[in-house]
Amino acid sequence: MSSAATTVAQSAQQSAPEPAPASAAAESPTAAAAQSAAAPDAVARPAADYSDYKLVPARHPWRWVGTVLVALGVVAVAWSLATNPRWEWGVVAKWFTAQSVVNGLLETLKLTAISGALGFILGFILALMRLSASPLLLSVSWTFSWIFRSTPLLVQMLLWYNLGYLYEKISLGIPFTDIRFFEVQTTTLISQFAAAVLGLTLNQAAYSAEIIRGGILSVDQGQLEAAAALGIPAWRRSTRIVLPQAMRAILPTAFNEIIGLVKGTSIVYVLAYSELFYTVQVIYNRTQQVLPLLLVATLWYVAITSVLSVFQYYIERHYSKGAVRNLPLTPLQKARKFFATHAAVNFDRVNLDRAKDIR
Amino acid sequence: MSTAATRGHVEITNVRKSFGGTEVLKGVSLTVPPGGVAVIVGPSGSGKSTLLRTINHLEKADGGYITIDGQLVGYQVRGNKLHELREKDILKQRTDIGMVFQNFNLFPHLTALENVTEAPVVALHRNKAEARKRALELLDRVGLKDRADAYPRQLSGGQQQRVAIARALALDPKILLFDEPTSALDPELVNEVLDVIRELATSGTTLIIVTHEMGFARDVADTVVFMDDGQIVEQGSPQEIFANPREPRTRSFFSKVIEPAFNI
Ligand SMILES: Nc1ncnc2c1ncn2[C@@H]1O[C@H](COP(=O)(O)OP(=O)(O)O)[C@@H](O)[C@H]1O
Ligand SMILES: [Mg+2]
Repeated sequence: MSSAATTVAQSAQQSAPEPAPASAAAESPTAAAAQSAAAPDAVARPAADYSDYKLVPARHPWRWVGTVLVALGVVAVAWSLATNPRWEWGVVAKWFTAQSVVNGLLETLKLTAISGALGFILGFILALMRLSASPLLLSVSWTFSWIFRSTPLLVQMLLWYNLGYLYEKISLGIPFTDIRFFEVQTTTLISQFAAAVLGLTLNQAAYSAEIIRGGILSVDQGQLEAAAALGIPAWRRSTRIVLPQAMRAILPTAFNEIIGLVKGTSIVYVLAYSELFYTVQVIYNRTQQVLPLLLVATLWYVAITSVLSVFQYYIERHYSKGAVRNLPLTPLQKARKFFATHAAVNFDRVNLDRAKDIR
Repeated sequence: MSTAATRGHVEITNVRKSFGGTEVLKGVSLTVPPGGVAVIVGPSGSGKSTLLRTINHLEKADGGYITIDGQLVGYQVRGNKLHELREKDILKQRTDIGMVFQNFNLFPHLTALENVTEAPVVALHRNKAEARKRALELLDRVGLKDRADAYPRQLSGGQQQRVAIARALALDPKILLFDEPTSALDPELVNEVLDVIRELATSGTTLIIVTHEMGFARDVADTVVFMDDGQIVEQGSPQEIFANPREPRTRSFFSKVIEPAFNI
């Protein structure tokens, strides 16, 4: 009782300039509360009515100390980055939006988008094969993942690019006969771009298959049973009932993979394919400004990852519908609420009420 | 219970089912007339759920057969053989047989209303607006019209089970199967679900209910079926079964599940 009384005393003192709230026990709540704080063991008085009192949220002083320390650290790092001339920020700025760098960036985005999309589509098919009742489909899917996960991506890449050495021509026809519908030189079919997409896609598919399979397995068997009992067709069961629930398990890892892929595309430099990283290498080999140019590439990768992370947040939020009782606030809503409440404590009751509305 | 019912005649004939080496159903035969209410009771593991699941072909019987209004479930006759139906035709048969599960199995990412409209739209190709209208009527019937837009996790267990019943009703089934519909519920929520089922019992739909609620069984059943060890040990009217069980196994089961104060 005594600590509650103290709190009330404080808040009452803060609100002193305001008209005194109606109170049954005392002529002024300030006086009554101060009196009880001074003598907490005083004899029982009639129960006070606190309904008009202002609420003061608990303070967290150590949280603020921690915040200040971390802020100091961040400032120190930023200061050193900004003031150390060896980072050559002028050079970074000059190349950051140079035409060749932007072209490389677009190639990186193109490779990521195409092999990411194809990889996940193929991965989805592989995951379904792996979960199917057919032993053939199951083993083909298993073998695919086994091979592509055990071979270094670099080797796969070079192998695809040099497919022309292994097979001079690629043709489509009826096996074991001379009938050919079409036939091309392998080297014309497998360009640098094709080799890059092929390598990245197949590799990505092997990993996504496992991610998607894991997601599907995480959905309760009862869901499929209920859907089957309702006469819902198999395809609809997968797409409408299972997959949306599986997405919750799939998304965090899938975004990990895609972010990995953004930077993973840099491996196609072995094919002399001019994506972002290769472009930057070509430039610094010419100008010898190695660090600043690596910084240019890094900053772009950071930018892409940041954008993807925002997408991830909102997509995950979308798929958590129904899985959590109430959706958590977005960072934007949180920030608004934070400022609204903290502003309200120091100002008037109108603000506090507004903060309640936002909540 | 209802008099006018003409559809939903269930005939189970000598159904057998084994898992691995153990026989779980050892030749079960049971007839439920149109609009009849059969309550199946028996110890855990006696094969009650398995029997229910063979009725809508979620579980394939190894022997014997089931007909609904004279039509074989899951098979068709060709010559002197029974050929299993294609998935598509089985799904179509299932729309005549609603099922309510112990764990509700509502789709958690869909609202109550979406749970109820899903099957009529995709399985019966009903028009969306019409399905929605009917779904709201059904939710009203189970007392949940105002929670139509809630997700299952925002509902209590009893409310979830009532949505599940509305979902099963949305296909206008001839038969409703209930597998321990109140076993996952807190005691104070049991009655709200049983009340909904009681109301259905007078509606002319054939009901087959597995439950441990003996008082409810006595109220609602036309036939009480006692199962043990994969067999129907005894069946009859509630009066016969509860007051004068003939078989010692039945008697010993009731002496365990019915508290002494329970009287007919
Ligand atoms: N899919 C299954 N695989 C193996 N055994 C099963 C399966 N389903 C049920 N059983 C077994 O069959 C027996 C009957 O189960 P069930 O029909 O669920 O009984 P009840 O519903 O009466 O408790 C149990 O011994 C159970 O372990
Ligand atoms: Mg059971």
